[in-house]
Amino acid sequence: MPEPLVRLRGIAKRYDGIEAVAPLDLDIAAGEFVVLLGPSGSGKTTILSMLGGFTEPSAGAILIGGRDVTGLAPARRPTATVFQDYALFPHMSVRANVAFGLAMRKVAAPERLRRADEMLHLVGLEGLGDRGVHQLSGGQRQRVALARAIAVEPQLLLLDEPLGALDLALRRQMQEELVRIQKRLGTTFVHVTHDQEEAMTIADRIVLLNRGRIEDVGPPARVYLRPASLFAATFMGESNVIAGRVLAAGPGPAGEGAAAEGAARVETPFGPMTVSGRAVAGDTVTLCLRPEQLRLVRLGADDIRLGQVLVTALSFQGAHLRVHAVAPGADLLLRLPADADVAVGATIEVFARPADLVMLRR
Amino acid sequence: MRARDLPAALYLLAAAVFIFLPVAVLVLFSFQEGMLPVPPFRGPSLHWYQVMLGDRRLLAALSNSVVVGVLSSLAATALGFLAAYGLARRRPRWQGAARFVLMAPLTVSYLIIGMGLLIAFNDLGLGRSLLSVGIGHVVINLPLAFAIVYSQLGEHQANVERAAQDLGASDLQAVLLVTVPMLWPTLLAAFFIAFTLSWDEFVIAFLLSRFDVTLPVVIWSLLRTGLNPELNAAGTFVFAISIALFLAVEFLIRRGRRNA
Repeated sequence: MPEPLVRLRGIAKRYDGIEAVAPLDLDIAAGEFVVLLGPSGSGKTTILSMLGGFTEPSAGAILIGGRDVTGLAPARRPTATVFQDYALFPHMSVRANVAFGLAMRKVAAPERLRRADEMLHLVGLEGLGDRGVHQLSGGQRQRVALARAIAVEPQLLLLDEPLGALDLALRRQMQEELVRIQKRLGTTFVHVTHDQEEAMTIADRIVLLNRGRIEDVGPPARVYLRPASLFAATFMGESNVIAGRVLAAGPGPAGEGAAAEGAARVETPFGPMTVSGRAVAGDTVTLCLRPEQLRLVRLGADDIRLGQVLVTALSFQGAHLRVHAVAPGADLLLRLPADADVAVGATIEVFARPADLVMLRR
Repeated sequence: MRARDLPAALYLLAAAVFIFLPVAVLVLFSFQEGMLPVPPFRGPSLHWYQVMLGDRRLLAALSNSVVVGVLSSLAATALGFLAAYGLARRRPRWQGAARFVLMAPLTVSYLIIGMGLLIAFNDLGLGRSLLSVGIGHVVINLPLAFAIVYSQLGEHQANVERAAQDLGASDLQAVLLVTVPMLWPTLLAAFFIAFTLSWDEFVIAFLLSRFDVTLPVVIWSLLRTGLNPELNAAGTFVFAISIALFLAVEFLIRRGRRNA
């Protein structure tokens, strides 16, 4: 692996004895789109603020491009920030906003205005350079903030919940544009959000945070499908959480990919089942299954039969049906195809693929 | 309007008449033709305005008032801004105590401030002069300017300054290129409020001035020689300037709110 662009080494932040960010290490590769995801108070904004130089870490070091920037002011770091409230200069035109960073770098006026217009074109605001900031809509202001930050050609662009104030349709559109612009520029993006769908849509890699600690790091599909912790399983969309106890553990069947790391026989309210993963006999574990991983038909010979469950609630959600069901000893949440033949009060038989089961230590 | 609102409306009308009638009478009799500003009203005539504009003593005091007002208000606004900026951005540990000390002069009467400054200036050998009056007006206006600017330095403004620094501005550049222009309506409002208060302030100006005096002091000394429509004209003039400044402040505050 080439030298990462950003290295966080044992970085931590305490406020009056309260730990906002516990000591953590994180490497970010050049050109990567990383999303810091977590609920409010998880420390994601604090980490971003430490990267940008607005918050001084209590411990640890930040290296960007191999250079220690821990003590450097924001102006002297190769970073630029898109603020949550956009923080545009209200007394300047759109073009002057975008050209501000270039003016601070003593770029001559004709050149910086040309570059500002180029940036406005990139974010889809060509022709609006002469407008005042107050004449723009929320989405347009968001684009100006982005253009202003990328105009200084930072090595690392920091985005602090930039889409939080936009309505859903506009947010989706901006997510796609962010990815398009990031791929086009090749700049490393670090984006903070509490919206897990947004994170999955835009991220190359998700860093999932909770209470100042990293819960899981990985590509969206991996974090969603094979969460590393119970928090990751429940925060990244919905999950069925099934309590279990390990009856026996041992090496998995050879040559089966993930299963090669080990396998365990686990006792659950749905009967005993074989799950891949390392475990010790006698351990209490949690098994996680996504609602859409529960099916009404057996697809493979090794499918696990969870048994008969009673449908207690049903809601039509357009693309799918959301179904609540009860089984002896556990509740289940299912996401079935919209045309599935189920009704409240009916009993249905439920299956799951063993590969979908994720075993987590308690 | 419902019937039961009638007493309230009458009360409001009575209060307004009580407050504004003297002012209206003062203004009305500045247009009097005769020698006395008392009924019956004869006129209207601009005679006494002509007299006023030919009165060298009044005109000198007028220009003194403008100089003292402009310079002291500039000083109060600049100092108030710096104090507010320092406290809001640097957040020193003793922030609360500093705010208390800065605001404290508001609670002291002008008489006490004037006497205190008079004693202090005498001890320092500074004596009584327009400069002393100006310093006195900075003392009373600095807390107001500080409070007005401080109230406008919120977290959003802090983020805008951070954005400027993030894009490469030095602290000084961020203040001059972003903070001050962004607060422009607020700073103007603070300046105009300070000027309005300095413009018709009497007690401190009276205690601290000697040969060169401000307009309120001259009007007071003219009053001792008896009633005269020229004084009504001078008073109307002072009042008109105050009203104009008050409207300017209202306009600026409205504009600032729209831009926020």
